[in-house]
Amino acid sequence: MSAVVFDRVTVSHGGAPVLSEVSLSVAPGEFVGVLGPNGAGKTTMMRAILGLIPVAAGRINVLGAPPRRGNAAIGYVPQFRHLQPPACISGETLLLNSTRGERWGLAAPSRDDHAAVAHALERIGATEIARRPINRLSGGERQRLYIAQALLGAPKLMLLDEPLISLDPARQRAIVELVRKIAHELGIAVLFSAHEVNPLLGAIDKVLYLGAGHAAIGTIDEVVNETVLSTLYRTKVRVLRSDGHIFVLAEDGVLDGHGHHPDHEGQIYEG
Amino acid sequence: MADIFAYEFMRNAFAATTIVAIVAGAIGYFLVLRGEAFAGHALAHVGFPGATGAALIGIPPLAGLVAFTVLAGLGISLLGQRANRDVAIGIVLTLSLGLGLLFLHFYTAYAGMATGLLFGNVLGISQQTVWILFGMAIVTLAGLAVISRPLLFASLQPELAEARGVSLQRLSSLFMLIVALATAEAIQIVGVLLVFSLMVAPAAAALRLGRHFLTGFGLAIGLAVAIGWASLVLAYFTDWPTSFWITGLGGLIYLLSLLRRV
Repeated sequence: MSAVVFDRVTVSHGGAPVLSEVSLSVAPGEFVGVLGPNGAGKTTMMRAILGLIPVAAGRINVLGAPPRRGNAAIGYVPQFRHLQPPACISGETLLLNSTRGERWGLAAPSRDDHAAVAHALERIGATEIARRPINRLSGGERQRLYIAQALLGAPKLMLLDEPLISLDPARQRAIVELVRKIAHELGIAVLFSAHEVNPLLGAIDKVLYLGAGHAAIGTIDEVVNETVLSTLYRTKVRVLRSDGHIFVLAEDGVLDGHGHHPDHEGQIYEG
Repeated sequence: MADIFAYEFMRNAFAATTIVAIVAGAIGYFLVLRGEAFAGHALAHVGFPGATGAALIGIPPLAGLVAFTVLAGLGISLLGQRANRDVAIGIVLTLSLGLGLLFLHFYTAYAGMATGLLFGNVLGISQQTVWILFGMAIVTLAGLAVISRPLLFASLQPELAEARGVSLQRLSSLFMLIVALATAEAIQIVGVLLVFSLMVAPAAAALRLGRHFLTGFGLAIGLAVAIGWASLVLAYFTDWPTSFWITGLGGLIYLLSLLRRV
């Protein structure tokens, strides 16, 4: 049974197709890096897997069943947007409340909630981080907290949406290594979206490039080459390898996902 | 000090203030956490034409108040989906005060009613009203108890809550209904214009001070009750309006909470 299967899936947003006839398959325990410029459909794909948006055509299969909202077998780390204004509550409170957060009832955590949260935090090494108020955490600490949170339901699949945004290269590597280690130990398949492929090199089993509604999936060598990416993005793409890094250059800037991100200045045109 | 309870109106005022402060602190915690404090403010304004309109056609003002705030709560949650929420709330707010003004224009028999409604009249609360407030408080707090877990989750991490199967829209509508009831209760103490002082100020201070949900939530209730009691005592000895003391102490506690770096 595959972790995720897309069979000629089309997903539309506001009438326009974001993904059109995408087919792919992710094996159990596989670590897949999801890449592509802004608006290529990385978040849309994750929301479709979560059952939050319907498919216009085709079929999605998640862990042997159609997508459904509230699937406890999926751990999800949404793209970080902003903290609520009064964010001085502790990370522990955040996690305690989310263990059974979808069920009606009192917000008071039970003994089981405490045990589950303590276990997940220990696994990630975030016990101390969780004692502090979330607005005083660094970006990397906050991501560790969210990854611990995603582990709470003992998932078989984890979806991480841009967890590396606004982290420096060393912390990016640390987060990627952490996810790789945990996923390997627990046999969790991972879809990990990112702006560029370099922090993921050496950790991922496969890479999934999204662009112009289409997808290319395979090993780094199978996908990150001029033939595949030029076809996917319908423009001349050059791939340079140097010093263990990969640089993806597109002449008209179609892969330029970073130019608008202040966090990514100086990395323009890196794949 | 002991003879403060010698008067029935003081006993009623203390009972009503305690009941309402518990509700206002509890609901206020979530209202501030969700960044919806102004929704509470707008709901209170809608209560104004409700109460004056009820008086005009000869039914109890409290009944009109509750009916209007609850309808407005539904209205805000429905309008808010499509329109800009700020704009929706602003329009409902001004329309309400205008309508209330019109009803007062026709209802000339009782001029003191406007001041009581706008700024509160806690010393004029009857024992019967205390019992009504008690009943409403039970309903409000029971409603909050049922939705509090998903509400906290959806307030802190909406994208995640949605993915886990929480219906954000339905939850938001249910919460607005509960806020509407709480607002109608708070109006009995501090009036339409000053609902913020009891619902928002203690909760905002508590949110800055409490690291854990139960600490912050308990603190919001505790501060609201403390402010209410202290204000009644101060009003008794100074003969200044209770509502003034509630706004003053609420503002002071919020200012003091700012001293703590968060």
